[in-house]
Parts: sequence; C-alpha cells; structure tokens
Amino acid sequence: MIRVMLPQHLRTLAGVPGDVELEVKGPATQRSVLDALEARYPMLCGTIRDHVTQQRRPFLRFFACAEDLSHEPPDAPLPEAVTSGVEPFIVIGAIAGG
Amino acid sequence: MSSVRVLVGTRKGAFVLESDGKRERWNVSGPHFAGWEMYHVKGSPVDPNRVYASQSSGWFGQLIQRSNDGGKTWEPVGNKFVYDGVPGTHQWYDGTPHPWEFKRVWHLEPSLSDLDTVYAGVEDAALFRSTDGGQNWQELSGLRGHGSGPHWQPGAGGMCLHTIIVDPSHPDRIFIAISAAGAFRTNDAGQTWQPINRGLRSQQIPDPTAEVGHCVHRIAMHKSRPNVLYMQKHWDVMRSNDAGDSWQEVSGNLPTDFGFVIDVHAHEPETIYVVPIKSDSEHFPLDGKLRVYRSRTGGNEWEELTKGLPQRDCYVNVLRNAMAIDSLDSCGVYFGTTGGQVYMSADAGDNWAPIVRDLPSVLSVEVQTLP
Repeated sequence: MIRVMLPQHLRTLAGVPGDVELEVKGPATQRSVLDALEARYPMLCGTIRDHVTQQRRPFLRFFACAEDLSHEPPDAPLPEAVTSGVEPFIVIGAIAGG
Repeated sequence: MSSVRVLVGTRKGAFVLESDGKRERWNVSGPHFAGWEMYHVKGSPVDPNRVYASQSSGWFGQLIQRSNDGGKTWEPVGNKFVYDGVPGTHQWYDGTPHPWEFKRVWHLEPSLSDLDTVYAGVEDAALFRSTDGGQNWQELSGLRGHGSGPHWQPGAGGMCLHTIIVDPSHPDRIFIAISAAGAFRTNDAGQTWQPINRGLRSQQIPDPTAEVGHCVHRIAMHKSRPNVLYMQKHWDVMRSNDAGDSWQEVSGNLPTDFGFVIDVHAHEPETIYVVPIKSDSEHFPLDGKLRVYRSRTGGNEWEELTKGLPQRDCYVNVLRNAMAIDSLDSCGVYFGTTGGQVYMSADAGDNWAPIVRDLPSVLSVEVQTLP
C-alpha cells in the first residue's frame, strides 16, 4: 500500500479528504504510482503530468522521505519507506506568494 | 416571470449571480473552484442548465467543468487539448520561431443547436471542438494551418483565441479573433479559414495594413444581422457590413478608442457599447472616471454613460470577455472589472449599479436570460 499526499486543489478535484492509498502492481516508481493514481481518479489526468509527454508539470514537485525526487527518472524505484507505506509520496505545488 | 443568471469568471474562482427580471435583488453563489483562474463560464442556448467552465492554474494546468443544473453542481470533463499533427511554430515576441504550446482555454462557445457541441478557443491560438459535451476535444486545424500561422505573434496577454461567434443563420459560418493575429472566418464549419482584416490599421506591426498580425480584442454581432460585425481592436473601434470582408473605423468622438470589450444591445442592432481605456500602456479609464460609451448609430456618434459608475479615483480595467447583454424587454448590460466589481444596468446603460463590489479580478461575464 502506497500513500500519496496531494495538494489541496487536487484533493478537492478528486473528491478525497486526505491521503490516497494505492495498490501498485509491479515495482513502485513515480510512473507506476501516478499511473495507478490517474486510473483511480481520471480527473487528475493532465494536472500532475502532461497528457502527451508525461512530463511532470513545471510548478509541481515530488517529495518523499525528506528528499526531492522531482528530477529522478520516472522509472527509478521509490524508497522502501514509501513502498511499504511508512512514508507518503508527496505531490506538492511550488511555493507562491507575495 | 423571466429571470437572469450572470456567470462570472475571476482570477480566483467562478461566481453565479441570479435575480428575477427586475434585476434589483441578487443572490450570489460561489466561489466555485475557489483559488483557480476561471477564464470563461458560459451556458448553452439549447438548455440553459448546461453550463461549461474553463478552469486553469499555473500549477495544475487546464480543466473543463460541466454543469447540468445551471451551475449548482459540476463535473470535470475532458481536458486533453492536443494540437493536430506536428504543431509547428509561430513567432515569439522577439520575432523568432516558437513552438506551439497549449496553455489554457480562453473562451467556450456552446453550439446554438446541439447541446453537446461546444467550441474552445485556446492559447496558443487554436480552435477546438467537442461533440460529446466536453469529454473529447479535436482541433479544427484548418485555422492554424491556414498558412499565416507561422507569422502569428502573441500580444502581451499571450497568443489567445478569445472570441468565437457562430452565425445563427448559417451555423457553418464561424468568426473568431486572435490576439495578435486578427479576425478569421470559416464558411464550412471550420475546415477552411480566411483572414478578415481588410481595413484594419495597426501601427504596432511593420506593415500597418497587413493581412494578419492585428491585435483584435473582441468582436460582437447582433443575431438578427450576422453580416454586421463590431470590433474593439487594440486601438480603434471598427465595423464591418459584409461579414468581415472589409472594416471601417467608427471610433468617432470617443475620448480614447483603446479598450477591450464591445457588445450589442439585444433588441437594437445599431446600439453598441464599449468601455474606453486610456491607452495600451495605461490600462485604466481616462481621468479615473469609469464610463461606458453607447452609440445608437452603429458607431461614430457616442454618448457617455456614467450614472452609478465611479467618477473619481477609479483605475480598474475591463477585460475582453467581461461584458454581456441580457435579452429582457428592458435590455440589461453587465460588465466586470479587474477591481472585482460587476456592474449592471437594467435600462440599456442609462443607470448603473454594482451587483457585487469585492470579487477577485473579473476575467469574464456572461448572462443567461431564463424563462
């Protein structure tokens, strides 16, 4: 079981009150987790990664275990603490304010 | 008794303003999609309970929302806008080639006759159509492939297709406008297009009378006279009597002919409205006075309308999608400002009052006249 923490706007869009729990088939990677997330919540397609290129949207980041995984290859294995559900896979928006 | 529903898109959500036909007391609901940029919200003429909304964000991209109950509840539909074929390039601000990149939907135009057909005008400029209520979108690529596409260039607000008008008497004839490419027309439901910019003059481009490159801000038409078009260009208010084949300037006695909005009275095809803005470098009303100008002669002769509008210290803007007209017997005129006010006149512009004063910056205003 993998836990995914979404930013508030995407939780609202998907209609989930908190973290999303996903079963991921095969190795847990950014790609497989996002594939599973979009399969369960199709309204999130295009909001985290581009429909066509599958690239992460520029103002979003992927964090886990106090590390920034945003620039890791999409098929790189996620940390064991994430795959075991101890730590969440965090999708977070870049800071904006002023 | 008839009633009206005003659909307001803002930088931080959408709002629905409803009143009976007197238009004196208003119920305000929202924000819908709080925190998101709502570039446009528009209802279907086939069934006013069907409403489409363009929801976007710099973080999460584009979404399209659909309501079947007049904006009370919403469901996300398709948001996959993919250019047809190899996108190619247009000109960047510095004149160099720049790849076509989808950014957002500026305008949603529901079909006049089919509930599930809706057009989307997008940035970078292209026209898309859905025939299944917004679930799937296909580009009408004859527009971008018309031949002049590589020479189109963005205006300061981006290279946006912001105006879509479907001719009620010939549904295959559609007019669109792009900043800063100009106006275009199709007579065959979007397969082929021609630029309709003859008569426009723009000092901001190397050839002021070029076939394309004009920064058209808005076009308006009265449904009873689809060959007559009105245009607010970057500078200049223009009129065409031949469906865009040629244009004549009708700025007349306007104090400034820069502006964004233009619209037509519901029952008087020669009565039109603009909101003059000081200049392209100072996007606010002249002298701090918010004034709507009305022409009852299809242009050239304009009268200022000020009753109920702030006549001092007002420095808001009125953006291109932010004026609308209802079709009640006493025609209502509405516009929204970047300061968050939505003003309404229930007597064709003679008297104005704010419906709301403190919304986020208003991007678009549409009104539905309900039975």
